[in-house]
Amino acid sequence: MIIITTIRMAIRALQRNTLRTLLTMLGIIIGVGAVIAMISIGNGARAQIESQIASLGQNVILVMSGNFTRGGMGMGFGSAGTLTKEDFDAIGREVIGVSGASPEVRGNAQVAAGNQNVNTSIIGGSEDYAVIRSWTLTSGANFNDQDVRSANKVALLGQTTAATLFGDGEAVGQIIRIKNAPFAVVGVLGAKGSDARGNDQDDIIIIPWTSAMKRITGGTTFRSISVQAMDVASSPQVQSDLNDLLRQRHRISEGKEDDFTIRSQQEIADFATASTKVMTVLLGSIAGVSLLVGGIGIMNIMLVSVTERTREIGVRMAIGARGQDILLQFLIEAVVLSVVGGGVGVVFGVAGSYAVAKTQNWATLVSTSSVVLSFLTSAGIGIFFGFYPARKAAQLDPIEALRFD
Amino acid sequence: MSALIKLENFSKTYRTGEMEVHAVQSVSLEIQSGEFVAIMGASGSGKSTMMNSLGCLDRPTSGRFWLDGVDIGSLNRDQLADLRNKKIGFIFQGFNLLARSTALENIELPMLYLRPSISTQQQVERAEKALAIVGLGNRGDHRPSQLSGGQQQRVAIARALVNQPKLLLADEPTGNLDTQTSMEIMGVFQELNRSGMTVIMVTHELDIARYCKRNVIMRDGRIVSDTEVLNRHDAVEEIKKLRLEQQAVQLTS
Repeated sequence: MIIITTIRMAIRALQRNTLRTLLTMLGIIIGVGAVIAMISIGNGARAQIESQIASLGQNVILVMSGNFTRGGMGMGFGSAGTLTKEDFDAIGREVIGVSGASPEVRGNAQVAAGNQNVNTSIIGGSEDYAVIRSWTLTSGANFNDQDVRSANKVALLGQTTAATLFGDGEAVGQIIRIKNAPFAVVGVLGAKGSDARGNDQDDIIIIPWTSAMKRITGGTTFRSISVQAMDVASSPQVQSDLNDLLRQRHRISEGKEDDFTIRSQQEIADFATASTKVMTVLLGSIAGVSLLVGGIGIMNIMLVSVTERTREIGVRMAIGARGQDILLQFLIEAVVLSVVGGGVGVVFGVAGSYAVAKTQNWATLVSTSSVVLSFLTSAGIGIFFGFYPARKAAQLDPIEALRFD
Repeated sequence: MSALIKLENFSKTYRTGEMEVHAVQSVSLEIQSGEFVAIMGASGSGKSTMMNSLGCLDRPTSGRFWLDGVDIGSLNRDQLADLRNKKIGFIFQGFNLLARSTALENIELPMLYLRPSISTQQQVERAEKALAIVGLGNRGDHRPSQLSGGQQQRVAIARALVNQPKLLLADEPTGNLDTQTSMEIMGVFQELNRSGMTVIMVTHELDIARYCKRNVIMRDGRIVSDTEVLNRHDAVEEIKKLRLEQQAVQLTS
């Protein structure tokens, strides 16, 4: 029997009960749509985290206060406050192969310039901070080691902060007031965009850590110290030297756990990609379950359809349809159902990802492979779940089928 | 010339639970090409089973059945389907047309299962020809619901004819029709038979059986009588008579 005729026949059979057909398709539409949307959300998050980690800087080793491997969630990043100014100085003095190092302190503060007033995050770092974290400067210049030593009131503004405070006007050379202390703007940073959580990375002010600790955050310890190795090759050595140095300085005896955590940029990247991968798989599989349920819906409706059309099957067999003709007819009906549903699902999935990107400000990345894969899966589901009802129809006894009413 | 249908000690037994039902028991029968046979009997006499067996919907439990020289007992399911497709035209009591398809599409249905297949254009041509034979040439695009019972049965006959079978098998073809329409349908069968088609029908109406040439009566799974029809009804004449009677009724009232 000619395939095209069979497909036409299938479409006509499906048109017979439009509402039922639409409801059955809905399962597949939602399934395919969800898979595509979820995978694109996962992929988007991953792409963003990857670019963010790249923006962390090259060959960067992060020394964090506190031990994450021990306490789990309870021990937050930097909560223990074990990294001191002396540790930082010692790193600069004693570890070989380091091209730059900077502590990091963070705080939020009210910042004013003229009649503009914003609350933004203040990062205190050394003169190396901007370099290590791959910040570029669009105008002005970085502050220097002298500024750090003297705790000078100088500031680098992120793009967003600069725009909020000064609009289109020139920021460099202007005075801003951070917690009422006047700071001179010496440079404006290049844009980095928003991070994986949707936070604007450009809504910051970088000032010397000395000034930050004195005027904004208070305290005497750092949440982290970023160390940049000279090159990839020296990175592991620097990492282990850092470990030895800090254990010695913190007087941690053999067998005791570190009160700090050292992560290389690579480790952070691996961890982040691994966790987003897990998230993508998780989201994808949850969506996949709905695709499966959609498939069961198809099987259910096809079984009903076979029962309803028993007489028709009987007539077709009586006039010469072989079992395989009947099988093909119902199989194609199920496949048409799932493929059309899959096609609509693709449209909804792609539209849905864009909608999520627009409304939630999440990065989404619709990959061709996920579209093709979920479309093919829906066709496969049609074949898989359509086969049992179709075979049931094909194995009917023509005499019984003709007698059925 | 060998018989179109030859049954030799043909038996068909069904098993319903523990019970064995001997629907047809050791029947021997020959039907030649060009015959017009009515198989009659009360319900449970085995005439329906006989019909299904002659229609090759089933294989004999024991005994032999040759259709056009082919031993049915030796064929598998697919071969039986192909044989039905090419050699047998089925006409059912309830017409059994596809409701959503037009008359022409319904008639094309058996050609979908032709092996080797024929072109769409050929299918349409043959379907239109079959429709013309049953006198519905201008109704090809009507759906069954837009046709009267008699017209639906004509479409069903056209569907049965379209693959140029050797044999027409009709199961109570007038069961759902009024007297005059029944006569008209019998007229179609007589016309087809006159042009050489072998027709076998199952009926329980004596009246209808008198349009056939040969009556086979069954009881309890066996043939109890097999006679040639004397004083055979002619559909054209009968319809004329009926018309006259109707006119007479109208004149007197």
